[in-house]
Amino acid sequence: MKPPPFEYRAPTTVEEACAVLASLEDAKVLAGGQSLVPLLNFRLARPAYIVDINRIAAIDRIYERDGGVAVQALARQAAVEDSEIVARVCPLLTAAVRLVAHRVIRNRGTLCGNLAHADPASELPAVLLALGGHVVARSIRGERVIEADRLFSGVMETALAPDELLVEAWFPASSQPFAVIEESRRHGDFALAGVVRAVDRLALFGVAPTPVLADPRDPARGLQPSGDLEATAEFRLHLVRVLTGKAFAA
Amino acid sequence: MTTRWFGARVQRVEDDRLLRGHGRFTDDIDDGALESCLVRSPYAHARIRSIDVTAARAMPGVIAVYTAAELPFGQTDLPILIPHPNLTHGRTQRCLASEVVRYVGEAVAFVVAESRCLAEDAAEMVEVDYEPLPVVITPESAARAEHLVHDDVPGNVAAEMIQEAGSVEAALAASPRRKRLHFRFERGAACPMEARAVWARWSTSERRLTVYDSTQSPTSIRGGLAVLFGLPESSVEVIAPDVGGGFGPKIMLFYPDELLVPFAAMQLGRPVKWTEDRQEHFTAVNQERGQVHEVEVGFDDEGKLLALDVDFVHDAGAYTPYGIILPIITAGQVPGPYRVPNYRVRFRDVYTNATPTSPYRGAGRPHACFVMERTLDRIAAELALDRAEVRRRNLIQPDQFPYEVGVAWQDGNAVVYDSGNYPVLLEKALANLGPRPGGDHVGMGLGMYVEGTGVGPYEGAHVQVLVSGKVVAATGIPSQGQAHATVWAQIVADELGVDVADVEVTGGDTRRFPWGVGTFASRGAVTAGNAMAVAAGMVAEKARQIAADHLEVDPADLELVGGKVQVKGSPDRGIALAAVAVLANPVRYAFGGGTEAATQFTARPRPGPPLHEGEQPGLEATGYYSPPASTWAAGCHTCYVRVDPQTFRLEILKYVVVHDCGRVINPLVVEGQIEGGVAQGIGGAFYERLHYDSEGQLRNASFMEFLMPYATEIPAIEIDHIETPSPLNPLGVKGAGEAGVIPVGAVLASAIEEALGVPITEMPLSPLKLFELVKTRS
Amino acid sequence: MKVNGVVYPTPADPRRLLSDHLRHDLGLTGTHVGCEHGVCGCCTVLLDGAPVRSCLLLAVQAEGHEVTTIEGLASDAAPLHPVQQAFHECHGLQCGFCTPGFVLSVVGLLAQHPNPTPEQVDEGIAGNLCRCTGYASIRRAVHRAAELSQK
Repeated sequence: MKPPPFEYRAPTTVEEACAVLASLEDAKVLAGGQSLVPLLNFRLARPAYIVDINRIAAIDRIYERDGGVAVQALARQAAVEDSEIVARVCPLLTAAVRLVAHRVIRNRGTLCGNLAHADPASELPAVLLALGGHVVARSIRGERVIEADRLFSGVMETALAPDELLVEAWFPASSQPFAVIEESRRHGDFALAGVVRAVDRLALFGVAPTPVLADPRDPARGLQPSGDLEATAEFRLHLVRVLTGKAFAA
Repeated sequence: MTTRWFGARVQRVEDDRLLRGHGRFTDDIDDGALESCLVRSPYAHARIRSIDVTAARAMPGVIAVYTAAELPFGQTDLPILIPHPNLTHGRTQRCLASEVVRYVGEAVAFVVAESRCLAEDAAEMVEVDYEPLPVVITPESAARAEHLVHDDVPGNVAAEMIQEAGSVEAALAASPRRKRLHFRFERGAACPMEARAVWARWSTSERRLTVYDSTQSPTSIRGGLAVLFGLPESSVEVIAPDVGGGFGPKIMLFYPDELLVPFAAMQLGRPVKWTEDRQEHFTAVNQERGQVHEVEVGFDDEGKLLALDVDFVHDAGAYTPYGIILPIITAGQVPGPYRVPNYRVRFRDVYTNATPTSPYRGAGRPHACFVMERTLDRIAAELALDRAEVRRRNLIQPDQFPYEVGVAWQDGNAVVYDSGNYPVLLEKALANLGPRPGGDHVGMGLGMYVEGTGVGPYEGAHVQVLVSGKVVAATGIPSQGQAHATVWAQIVADELGVDVADVEVTGGDTRRFPWGVGTFASRGAVTAGNAMAVAAGMVAEKARQIAADHLEVDPADLELVGGKVQVKGSPDRGIALAAVAVLANPVRYAFGGGTEAATQFTARPRPGPPLHEGEQPGLEATGYYSPPASTWAAGCHTCYVRVDPQTFRLEILKYVVVHDCGRVINPLVVEGQIEGGVAQGIGGAFYERLHYDSEGQLRNASFMEFLMPYATEIPAIEIDHIETPSPLNPLGVKGAGEAGVIPVGAVLASAIEEALGVPITEMPLSPLKLFELVKTRS
Repeated sequence: MKVNGVVYPTPADPRRLLSDHLRHDLGLTGTHVGCEHGVCGCCTVLLDGAPVRSCLLLAVQAEGHEVTTIEGLASDAAPLHPVQQAFHECHGLQCGFCTPGFVLSVVGLLAQHPNPTPEQVDEGIAGNLCRCTGYASIRRAVHRAAELSQK
């Protein structure tokens, strides 16, 4: 369990990072590394290049913008968890980030990296979707906004182009009532199934290739979740109904 | 003997260096060692058509690549550790497979390189041409012999054994009530936090092989290596340094790496190291617990057991390196603390295309306990009796010891319980559990067990008082966290009248003590503990003789107290133990310590040569203890759980243990053993499952998917002790290492069954499994 | 990079994990490797004061940062750090393999919550696996460490 060979690049500006990404075939961006490095150690990911963005200064801000909260590429999940701005503007995000793995992982893992990794069982993509947020992608071709409902395209696949860097995520303010509820085997594990409620909007995670919006009155309609070692499709549908019921109770 | 240290909550002497990061685990040892990597089979069953290592040998940093063809012992079957007449078709693997692989993870080639990274790069370049063969993965399919794991083993049956006490057919026929039951237990994995590692160095000038090995039995490894390499045992030293948890599977003769690393070190003339990674640990290290049981029980209207007929299949995995110890233990332990007047047990040990099995903490007992306790719960349900009452009516009573069960034990002796008080265990565990919490879907669980511990044949110890007055003690068995250095020191300190802090213990280092068996089967305290008492007692006796000689008193009037040998009750008439150590050697050239104190006595001449016939120099002794039979610990666990009826999440509201391991040397340590054992039991019962698919692939070979519990999943455990000393050994102790884990599956099954109202007949459980069971019922 | 206050050169090989660099290049073998995929927590070190997994960091990434390993918590001559002392008093370790990671995680936990509630303790140590203790003694040790830290 040692990483396969790769070439290492550590740009110091966003512009340089974009130039590097544009110039390389088969490069992978390394932010917090809490998902990527295990994949390297298992040799399940074998990129030719690792582009480490951790040397880029001043892209770790969390700030208010457009009535919501923006989280930059290198803001660690622990910083989001502890952020007073997030707690005030988007407490749903504070609640959700606490469910991501464990504090020691959150000390290093980034929120933007979590979104870009797009694990279907992850909480944060579903929060972005439920709130109708967006991300900002940068490349040498310029900057573009990708809305949440366009971002997630498949299991660990996003609309980001290989040369694009996810530089910021933006979450609209969350209003009461909200809830994020998941069922996982152990504390901190990826969810067997989970739901995010933002007033009357409902997003589900762990039950489809991407997070999906659903009708709170019939949340399992049209879902065809996959089965795995810990949950069959049927159990997942059952959990979606149960968790939605809890999220919309009272 | 004084009892100053024995029984006290002495804080551990091991802790300081471990807490400072100064522990010394095998992978910590470097000395310029080359690193290595094993190429392992990706197939559960395949014929090897060819192995091509040409490309691997050409990779950067590669020093050597070995296949079976390059090994002088390449065609040698590895040993069967414990042969048995009923093991008619025992099979072991070879160090590196060259013809057929029979489980995923079986070693095929060995790569030595400048670093592990480079070794892994090269391992990817080893080309093995496999012809896949049909796979047998469940014990049921193995017993049906749909395919054969070994061509020459008919029916996949390695061993079959039938034992009977009483007359089961007749008793069943005469029973007012009979029930047939079926219980299934899946494999589990010990998963110590430190995976395995081996480091070896060959000294050409000294012709000496030094091996560091994370093994539970360095003495056995040394014996085997000496034979294999044609060296006298005195030229092979094997050290188990700090070992990061063992729980059973770190004892094997041999894992391939335990031969390959020393071999490569001898071949290459440089130290070589192999450190297992977590991924390979999941398939390369022995597992246990796969068993399927058919039970028929006869009982009367009061719930009294009349006959028990158990027929089970044990999943051996691909080979039987450990003989048939596991099913023999199950067969011996099913009756537990209950009177079973007629008992018949048959087992078949069958091969599957999965990792071989050997004992994992509990070793045959958790499944045995599950069978008996679930059976009693069925009887209670049928008779509408309280589950505790059914147990009460069947327990062996305190006046029935020694109690003979009527079947054989793992050491070849009969199963005979030496002492115990089972009714008290039950009543205390019920009392300590207290009232049932309110709310729906709450279940109460209950389970009792006995555990044969302290199996022989022997352990030994060496104890020496240095001229500084400090004491060093050594035994052959290593510690994997069981606080040996503290508890052996307690025993020695009591015998010698010194402070625990003045006793330094070494275990698992054949340079210090070359004889012994190993740390397994909850045997350390009984075997090595008593050996320490024997050796220290011999030293004390010698100290009394020498002191008596010089103080001109009767040795019987002397006592060892406070680091001195003194006339009983007269502290002013004595001599420091340090000085006695100087006097014990006719050549007195030591600096400091007891030297000055001893010189005042040196003038006293005695007739004859300085060392009389039969005398040995030094205030030291080597002693051994060989138990006449196993000693039987016991306990009762009770709990309350709540199961969420919608998500099937398990909440353990309260968990109570009452435990009897005879005389307790150190309650702090025993409680730690129990807490850890229960946690491991909870993991095995509800979180951890080895997901083998039909192709024999382990689909969750990582800590992300093999769900060992975190603190958030493990409740507080409330522990109480009773002490029924063992009459079989001088210290009156029984083993405690495995106890915590044994009944947990049975206890949680009992509780969950009540909480959800669905019958539980298998382990492990999970929310998904409970969802399926509830769905099937409704 | 600075490790336990001493400046060291950065290794040339980018695929050298920080855990391996500490152990095998710097000889700081108190950092243990239990899974190399970030789950077990044995390799936890402090990076600029915050606990992180050293098996999930490339050693080159630590350049310009301060790493504290278990060896750096209390010098050999000094008494144990309060967290270490608490683990000793409460029998919070058996084999000792997971212990350095637990101790450093608890240092991080107590920095965040000097007086942790039982729930915060469980949350704070979930993320580190121990196979020996069953966690009960570790929970006790965290509460004891909080006491000792405030003395």
